Amino acid sequence: MVQYYEKKIGKIVFGMLSSKMVKKMASAKIVTPELYDKEGYPVDGGLMDIRLGVIDPGLRCKTCGGKLKECIGHFGYIELARPIVHINYMDVTVKVLQSTCRECSRILADDKQIQKYKARLEKLEGESLEHYRIGVKAIANILKNVKKCPHCKAKQYTVKIEKPTNFIEDNKRINTIEILTRFEKITEEDMYFLGFKPEYARPEWCILTVLPIPPVTIRPSITLESGERAEDDLTHKLGDIVRINQRLFENINAGAPEIIVEDLWDLLQYHITTFFNNEVSQMPPARHRSGQPLKTLSERIKSKEGRFRHNLAGKRVNFAARTVISPDPKIEINEVGIPKEVAMELTIPERVTEWNIKKLKEYVSNGPTKYPGANYVRMGDGKKKKISKETHEQIIEELSPGCVVERHLIDGDISIFNRQPTLHRMSIMCHKIRVLPGKSFRLNPTICAPYNADFDGDEMNLHIPQTEEAKSEADILMNVPTQIISPKHGLNIMGCIEDSVSGNYLLTKVMEFPKEEAISLLVSIGIDEWEKFKNFKKTVTGKEIFSALLPKDFDFVGKSKNGEKVVIKDGQLVSGVIDVSTIGEGGGSLLRDIYRLYGADKTVSLLGKIFTLGIAVLTKRGFTTTTSDSDLSEDLTKEVKISINEAEEEVEKLIAKCRKGQLSSYPGKTIEETLELMILQKLNETRNKVGSMIAHSSNEVNSTLIMARSGAKGNILNLAQTAALVGQQALRGKRIDKGYKDRTLPLFKEGDMGPAARGFVRHSYKKGLNPIEFFFHAMTGRDSLMDTALRTPKSGYLYRRLANALQDLKIEYDFTTRDANQSIIQFRYGDDNIDVSKSEHGTIDVNKIIDEVVGE
Amino acid sequence: MGKEQEHILVPKHTKLDEKEIQEVLEKYNVALRQLPKILKSDPAIKELNVNPGDVIKITRISPTTGKSDFFRVVLND
Repeated sequence: MVQYYEKKIGKIVFGMLSSKMVKKMASAKIVTPELYDKEGYPVDGGLMDIRLGVIDPGLRCKTCGGKLKECIGHFGYIELARPIVHINYMDVTVKVLQSTCRECSRILADDKQIQKYKARLEKLEGESLEHYRIGVKAIANILKNVKKCPHCKAKQYTVKIEKPTNFIEDNKRINTIEILTRFEKITEEDMYFLGFKPEYARPEWCILTVLPIPPVTIRPSITLESGERAEDDLTHKLGDIVRINQRLFENINAGAPEIIVEDLWDLLQYHITTFFNNEVSQMPPARHRSGQPLKTLSERIKSKEGRFRHNLAGKRVNFAARTVISPDPKIEINEVGIPKEVAMELTIPERVTEWNIKKLKEYVSNGPTKYPGANYVRMGDGKKKKISKETHEQIIEELSPGCVVERHLIDGDISIFNRQPTLHRMSIMCHKIRVLPGKSFRLNPTICAPYNADFDGDEMNLHIPQTEEAKSEADILMNVPTQIISPKHGLNIMGCIEDSVSGNYLLTKVMEFPKEEAISLLVSIGIDEWEKFKNFKKTVTGKEIFSALLPKDFDFVGKSKNGEKVVIKDGQLVSGVIDVSTIGEGGGSLLRDIYRLYGADKTVSLLGKIFTLGIAVLTKRGFTTTTSDSDLSEDLTKEVKISINEAEEEVEKLIAKCRKGQLSSYPGKTIEETLELMILQKLNETRNKVGSMIAHSSNEVNSTLIMARSGAKGNILNLAQTAALVGQQALRGKRIDKGYKDRTLPLFKEGDMGPAARGFVRHSYKKGLNPIEFFFHAMTGRDSLMDTALRTPKSGYLYRRLANALQDLKIEYDFTTRDANQSIIQFRYGDDNIDVSKSEHGTIDVNKIIDEVVGE
Repeated sequence: MGKEQEHILVPKHTKLDEKEIQEVLEKYNVALRQLPKILKSDPAIKELNVNPGDVIKITRISPTTGKSDFFRVVLND
């Protein structure tokens, strides 16, 4: 019987190790740096002494008698020949040195002051430990400036740390023995003012006179293939310490000259310091023979690869797969295509019942090599058997209800799909398995947005939940349809992208099909509600085809990208075109309305249909983009040239006006700033004007324009830059003004404010830039490249910190936002209590609700 | 130099009396230390003559609800 006792921890006290304590907890005294004798047996009193624990299988611990894994290891100790400063107690040591007398070791305060400090500290201690600590610090800061001991009248000097391990007083180094003797003389009453509790920590314990040797179990040696033994970094370091300590002993006993002893002493100090921390500044790190720094105590704990973040906070799992992702618009949105190889390696435990026994026997007989098969069987008695050619017949015979078969993945199984960085909850979603040929994970391109995935080599992870609870939890809480609405703005994050947007735009704008073709198009994407085709006339418009996907009773009024009204009445698209603002990701108003009226599952299936319809239309019609998309007619080229010339002339006029002093400045700006603003405004205006000129003049078959207008990809500005002019290059929102004195390049006159001299590119990408324009363009190009390269990791870290700080905030039933301590963060979430994920864009449109309830 | 608390961007800070403090604590079922904090030296309350343990009511203009109340407990720095 296992018994559990529940106890509450009252308090935890942290203290320092005294030399007495070190000896008491040690089970061996280490005296020699040797590890093994000739037979390869650990030397008694060596660093691998068998009293320190076992690391070899079969041996028993000499201290506790436990075998490997039973014995947790035991400390040893070495007697240091001379006292050594502890690197992690440097701050404390210097504070104590500064606060006490160098002659009598009393605290540097007279009796009256002592009374005052005592009263103050006792009051602070009553408040909290933190306050007491602050109080101690404040007193130490006063005491370090005392010049004369109030007790023995000895003169005091300021004590400073000379990095890394020396203390300087009166320009002389304080010997560690001297520090130790001073500390030993400090009275227990005085310790209170220095922040010490004599039972748990005393100043003299800051100085090492004995060193605990950690058990071998935390520094196991590894046997290499060649039979050689490789020792742990800590063992190496301890070997150095013991060796130098031994030599120091010998030299002192032999009465060697003081210089030699001092040198060895310093060396011992170095070795012990690096044993605790090998990354001390101004101390060269101890290295392997290969030159790579040793990983000593502090490095084991610290940072990303340390014990906390790597071993304790880092979790690893089984039943996971990772590979490259690629798109497949033909699978459902909540499916994930996986390679057969993955399906045959990952398994799902399925319990044998009388209803599935036939199927499972088939899987077992297929075994691990034939798909769909099974890899293991857990028999009724709990034994796990591997299925192989030799065993499968016997296993099939023994298979009975109650056994569990670990079978291969088949279509429809539940999986959890994830892409790092997992920044929001939509980065991990539940998908249904679809086994497909090929070696990559396949996903519907619609789902790229929530994962922030693309297909330039991205990899993703797949996990297979193993229990019924885990499976249903994933299916109910994490399934893709449940995640369509983003909690950040309450709009859909999944939507049509790229080609399907262009396709639906063209379909609903201009296209017409003969009845037969229209029906075949719809059937090809899986629409089999025949009654929807009944009203089709001889020629069917694209709007009617799109309407065939919509629910019959669906009413909708929205706006398309160009601001036109989109009206759907009784499931028929009456007017307007479908584009990004109705079916796109991050706020497709039509999809949002479908979600509100018909729910998540319906929305996902409709989105899937709209998506495939767009692709099918585009495939049928054919769609490409060519260089001739950015050809301008002769008239237009002339017009563009004229407006650029006009703009440049006007800018020259502005400059001239400014030079004459006739320009009146904007409020709060100097004349020069005003001029710059006006020029910038003028030139940008020109580029926009040219853009709209192109947009209005071009014909309907221009693919680049179709993409820009539908919102599938690109915008008018991109086209204008390619076809007509690149425009003003700006660095930090200003025209380029860097370079030489009063000019950007030596070929310009000093003080030239004209467009060309300040980075205006009047040519198009297609015509080509002249060398000067090219140079300016490269300037801004490099600037933005550097900017993104520097900003990405910074903002990523910022986000990580923010997410960690906010992770357990919760809205309680009384509507307050509280943290894990039940402390209030907000009295009412967002002041208005709106659950953003249930709103549209964080607001509730009351008029819309009234309209819907009452009817127009 | 004008007063900080008269600036248009500084919301109105008022000191609550003992009864009001109890009402707030009861309403939200919290201890004083579970309230959000404000330092005694905060410029916005330097003319209110406050002591640690006092509760400050901050009336803010909120873009979502027009007006909202927030409560902070005064701390020593």
